Amino acid sequence: MNEKVAVAGKIEIRINEAWCKGCAICVEFCPQDVLVMENGVAQVCNLEACTACGLCELRCPDFAITVKKG
Amino acid sequence: MFDYETYLRTSKMPLIWCAGCGDGIVLKAMLRAIHKLGLEKDKICMVSGIGCSSRLTGYVDFNTLHTTHGRAITFATGIKMARPELHVIVVTGDGDATAIGGNHYIHAARRNIDLTVILFNNNIYGMTGGQVSPTTPLGKFASTAPYGNFENSFNISGLALAAGASFVARSTVYHATQLEKYVEKAILKKGFSVVEVITQCPTTYGRRNREGTAVDMMLAQKENSIPVSRARTMSEEELEGKIVTGILVDTEKPECRSEYQKIIDRFSQPTGSVETKR
Repeated sequence: MNEKVAVAGKIEIRINEAWCKGCAICVEFCPQDVLVMENGVAQVCNLEACTACGLCELRCPDFAITVKKG
Repeated sequence: MFDYETYLRTSKMPLIWCAGCGDGIVLKAMLRAIHKLGLEKDKICMVSGIGCSSRLTGYVDFNTLHTTHGRAITFATGIKMARPELHVIVVTGDGDATAIGGNHYIHAARRNIDLTVILFNNNIYGMTGGQVSPTTPLGKFASTAPYGNFENSFNISGLALAAGASFVARSTVYHATQLEKYVEKAILKKGFSVVEVITQCPTTYGRRNREGTAVDMMLAQKENSIPVSRARTMSEEELEGKIVTGILVDTEKPECRSEYQKIIDRFSQPTGSVETKR
C-alpha cells in the first residue's frame, strides 16, 4: 500500500496514494489549505494549520484520506 | 473507534467510480449511519441493480446481492418477505429505479414494505455512456440529447411520496452529515423509506453540460439547495432548478411484511380454531 503519513503533535493525516484519484475535493474543501495536489495525488503541505476538522475525510469519495486526532 | 475498513471489502478497492464521482461520499455516509446504529454486519442485506451506484454492493462486507437492471427492489422484496429480521437496504440509481424499475419502485412504496432505498440521483445514465435518464432536467445535454433534452423530468421523491412511502428524504453529497442522519432515520423506519441523494457525475453529465469539476458541481449543490420548510413558502417559479432538501414525509402506516405475518400467525394456530370466513 502506497500510504503517506503526516504527523504533527496529536494530528495524523494518512493518504492512501493507491486509492486517491486526484479529484481535489479534499484540497478545495479544506478550510485551512492544508492539502495540495501534486502529480495528481493529494499531499499534505501545511500540516501545522490542520485543526482535524475532518472535512477532507468526510467528502473524499475514495476512502483515500483519514484524519486522526490522538 | 470507527473505521470504514471494518465494513469494506478492501481487496476489491480502489473503487471503480470516476475521479470526483459522488457515489463514494454516499457510501461513506451509509457506513457511518450503519455504524452509529450498531447494526450487525450479518443482519444487513444490501441489494443493488445495474448502474454506477449499483456497483456499491461489491465493496461492502454485508450480505450483498447485485441483481438485474431495475429489479433491485423486487429482489429486496423477496428477501424481506422470506427473512423479515434482516435490514434490507437497496442501492439504486435514477435510471435503475425510475426508468426500467419504475413500476417496482411505485408498487413497493404502495405496499409500504420495510425496505430502505438509497437512490443515487446523478441525472444521467453514467455507466452506459451518458444517455438521458428520467431525471435529466429539461434542456440539459446527454449523449442521446445532443440538442438538449426535450422531455420533462421526474420528481422521484415526490413519486415515492405520492405512491405511499412512509419515509422520504432528499439530500446531496455536499451535505454529507445531513445525508448520514437521513440514512439512519430511513433504516430505523418500519416501512418503505427512500433517501434521494443528489450526486455529481462529472464525467458524463458535468462535462457535457459545462458544469465544471466535481468541486464546482458540489458547490452548485450547496448553492441550489433549499430546506423543505423554506421551499413551502416559495412559488413554483422560484423553485425552478432548486434542490429541495429535508424530510419530505415521515409517517406511520401499516407495513406489508407485518400485515403478512398477522395472516401467518392466524393460520399457525391449532387446526379448527381458525376462522377463515370473512
